[in-house]
Amino acid sequence: MNTATDVADHHEHEHGAPSGIMRWLTSTNHKDIGTLYLWFSLFMFFFAGALAMLIRAELFQPGLQLFQPGVFNQLTTMHGLIMIFGAIMPSLVGFANWQIPLMIGASDMAFPRLNNWSFWLLPAAGVLLIATFFVPGGALAGGWTMYPPLFMQGGIAYDMSILAVHILGISSIMGAINIITTILNMRAPGMTMMKMPLFVWTWLITAFLLVAVMPVLACAITMLLTDRNFGTHFFDAAAGGDAVMFQHIFWFFGHPEVYIMILPAFGIVSTIIPAFARKPLFGYVSMVYAVASIAFLSFIVWAHHMFTTGMPVGGQLFFMYTTMLIAIPTGVKVFNWVATLWRGSITFETPMLFAIAFVFLFAIGGFSGMVLALVPVDIQLQDTYYVVAHFHYVLFSGSAMAIMGGVYYWLPKWTGHMYDERLGKVHFWLTAVAFNITFFPMHFLGLAGMPRRIPDYALQFAEFNMISSLGGFLLGASQLLFLYIVIKCARGGLPAGNRPWDGADTLEWTQTSPPPYHSFVTPPLVK
Amino acid sequence: MRLPNRPDQRVGPSLRAILAVSALLAGLLPAQVHAEFGLNLHAPATGLAQNIYDLHTLILWICCAIFVVVFVPMFFALIRHRKSKGHPAAKFHDNLAVEVVWTIIPVLILLGMAWPATSLVLSMKDTGKEDLTIKVTGHQWKWEYEYLGDDIRFMSNSSTPKEQIDGAQPKGENYLLEVDRPLVVPAGKKIRLVMTASDVIHAWWIPAFGVKQDAVPGFIRDTWFRADTPGTYRGQCAELCGVGHGFMPVVVEVVPEARFTAWKEEQKALLAAATANAGKTYELAELKALGEKVYTANCAACHQANGAGIPGAFPALSGSAIVSGDRAGHIDIVLAGKPGTTMAAFGKQLSDLDLAAVITYERNSWDNKVGDVVQPSDIAARRK
Ligand code: HEM
Ligand SMILES: [Cu+2]
Ligand SMILES: [Cu+2]
Repeated sequence: MNTATDVADHHEHEHGAPSGIMRWLTSTNHKDIGTLYLWFSLFMFFFAGALAMLIRAELFQPGLQLFQPGVFNQLTTMHGLIMIFGAIMPSLVGFANWQIPLMIGASDMAFPRLNNWSFWLLPAAGVLLIATFFVPGGALAGGWTMYPPLFMQGGIAYDMSILAVHILGISSIMGAINIITTILNMRAPGMTMMKMPLFVWTWLITAFLLVAVMPVLACAITMLLTDRNFGTHFFDAAAGGDAVMFQHIFWFFGHPEVYIMILPAFGIVSTIIPAFARKPLFGYVSMVYAVASIAFLSFIVWAHHMFTTGMPVGGQLFFMYTTMLIAIPTGVKVFNWVATLWRGSITFETPMLFAIAFVFLFAIGGFSGMVLALVPVDIQLQDTYYVVAHFHYVLFSGSAMAIMGGVYYWLPKWTGHMYDERLGKVHFWLTAVAFNITFFPMHFLGLAGMPRRIPDYALQFAEFNMISSLGGFLLGASQLLFLYIVIKCARGGLPAGNRPWDGADTLEWTQTSPPPYHSFVTPPLVK
Repeated sequence: MRLPNRPDQRVGPSLRAILAVSALLAGLLPAQVHAEFGLNLHAPATGLAQNIYDLHTLILWICCAIFVVVFVPMFFALIRHRKSKGHPAAKFHDNLAVEVVWTIIPVLILLGMAWPATSLVLSMKDTGKEDLTIKVTGHQWKWEYEYLGDDIRFMSNSSTPKEQIDGAQPKGENYLLEVDRPLVVPAGKKIRLVMTASDVIHAWWIPAFGVKQDAVPGFIRDTWFRADTPGTYRGQCAELCGVGHGFMPVVVEVVPEARFTAWKEEQKALLAAATANAGKTYELAELKALGEKVYTANCAACHQANGAGIPGAFPALSGSAIVSGDRAGHIDIVLAGKPGTTMAAFGKQLSDLDLAAVITYERNSWDNKVGDVVQPSDIAARRK
């Protein structure tokens, strides 16, 4: 294959892709669609991040300064909803689109047109969600968990948000089917399942989780919709309904959902660490089994989000034990990452910095998860800032920082240019430090008794909230640097060459950077 | 591993000083706020809370130990096994024995944690043999307490003035953690709480008791505590329940048994006085003054103190057709609420006098100048 002309083609969009806006609207190319996913999620990340800045501004001091409680509740609810469904999930699908075909030596995704449709549903849902801020009554304000009966009290925005979440769910299911089919059917000759890069394994398992639980979410919100508009009473106690049942259905989706957001991040980190330790991943087989068992366990732990609803003692104990069990495969993963680093030949480029921070900070989130798994302790901590700290350690310093590391790792491949290493490191340190200033104090706030989702708080919480807000502003501002670095890299920079990382050994690095518009037209042979 | 029951189980002075200095360095610590930096769970006031405290301490230390065991090697590798130090990469990538070991050891640690946790769960669930049962009902946004078998029932509203929240007045010591009428219970007795809610889910929480229980409409849940030391204990609603969620404190006063008996008599006397007054007619000014208080406690969170509501979310009362229209219509909506909205059926929550007062207040405030007086007997008549 003549790489020089391939690159030229790519740049002038003469072959394979229509030019201008039609290239993006009608694209069936996994790389273009991956790019769309990534930009969309970055936009949503900044939108939801801006909401977080407003939240931290209101919580900077006790008292109501900027927002009335109703608006504050909209900010927290939409921050969570958009971060989960608009930022983290789509960005991981963006990685899947770009990387899975390249890593298994396939020419594209199995269903390219479905792929186009999965993406283009997202902006529709995104617009709907953002528009809810401007309808009478304002946006969703009952928490991203949408618990009834509170959910019944909202205005038109609540129905719009249900529609938006349905659309997002359809998009996820289609994306997941595409990913499963691609992985199962389109691997290059010689790439057996147990030779697949771990990133591909994590996405395969995640995709099964998506197919299994997105319909459950769809059921839950459809029941909300009919309760609100068509006179059903699924959750209305006055007519014999059951509000706690909603929580069971929701968390049957919700807990696997948190693993949907972390497993591909595990995959990214498991790709980066060996590359910069210059040593193969330790315990590949046990990593695969660990991911699979986490996925299985994630279906039987859901009620650990509901320990204070008052379930029978047998229920509390069962869900406590299963939740504790999850710590075992999670621990195995952390041990394996450390063992991969052990006696490596380590360098600290930006992706590696993010990966190491991930291992360290995600572990803290895992520990707080263990603390929360113990029913008696959870009863003190549930619905406090301790839980907020827990899930930001697993979702921000977990998923989001793994995603950033992944972006730095593959940007040279995607764009053909090296990013600015110096700025990348500055971005990393700012993010890591600001993140901890923002979220570590929340453990203390939760222990001391500050409930989550409140717009104003008692005076003993003032100091830590102020520290947390200052950290939050720094964290938010630092992400503008990320945007700058990504744009700068997309527009130019030192040529990356096929394989800028000498320790990287997966198939994408055998291609040019950026890869030809149609890569692996003839499949490679994997030994 | 039971800790001595110290009154203040927060950090030592040195750590507190470091934290305070770092906050001061930020240069933004408002003078009115006293540095607290609570780092741990509240000082326990019940045996259960003490056990929870100890369990948390135990697991925290276990986590710290695991943390050290895992991350000391990691940082060792990060420092010593660098390319820049010329460290060559080893080739190994598997070791069955090691992997079995680090799967088994966590299992053992987990068993060690599950044991104390299980027995504590069992005792927390043991609500039998109670000395006193109190029914707790969550309403948007206040708690109702009913002493079963004693005919005592009252509402407990936040008593933090709006001016403090808006910054027009300095904030008091118990800002957002104070109520007009706390729950009063005898010391040293096993109190069983049965919990429900009238509108949305709330959660009743006193950290020092180690009690947090969701109050769910349509369900009765129970929980219990026994507090030995008399005193005032404070907490908050812990389940998002709408715009007033942050302003729904829980306050419990634990009093010696003799005081409790006396308190009960007082309550009964108050109730009797109220019944005796049932037929009385009131002046406009009298009712308006009382009505303003009722309004602030029950209505202002949504309809706002100035009656303007929040456009799109909560309708304005000032200039409203219902409020300045026919009295019967006005009384009915306050009594029965509006299903499917936040507007509660206040008929179940407030006395005839309070309802008459608040309705009179609404009809004669802001832009509304109806000029009529609604008497408690008018309310009683429309209650059917
Ligand atoms: C060792 C692993 C983990 C354990 C044992 C664990 C345990 C728990 C428990 C018991 C809760 C409920 C806390 C409460 O509401 O009282 C919780 C909440 C949560 N966890 Fe984890 N967790 C673990 C890992 C994760 C991971 C990997 C993620 C996501 C990437 C995650 C995301 C969340 C979120 C988002 C919530 C809060 C949901 C909400 O109420 O809004 N957790 N976790
Ligand atoms: Cu969970
Ligand atoms: Cu509440």
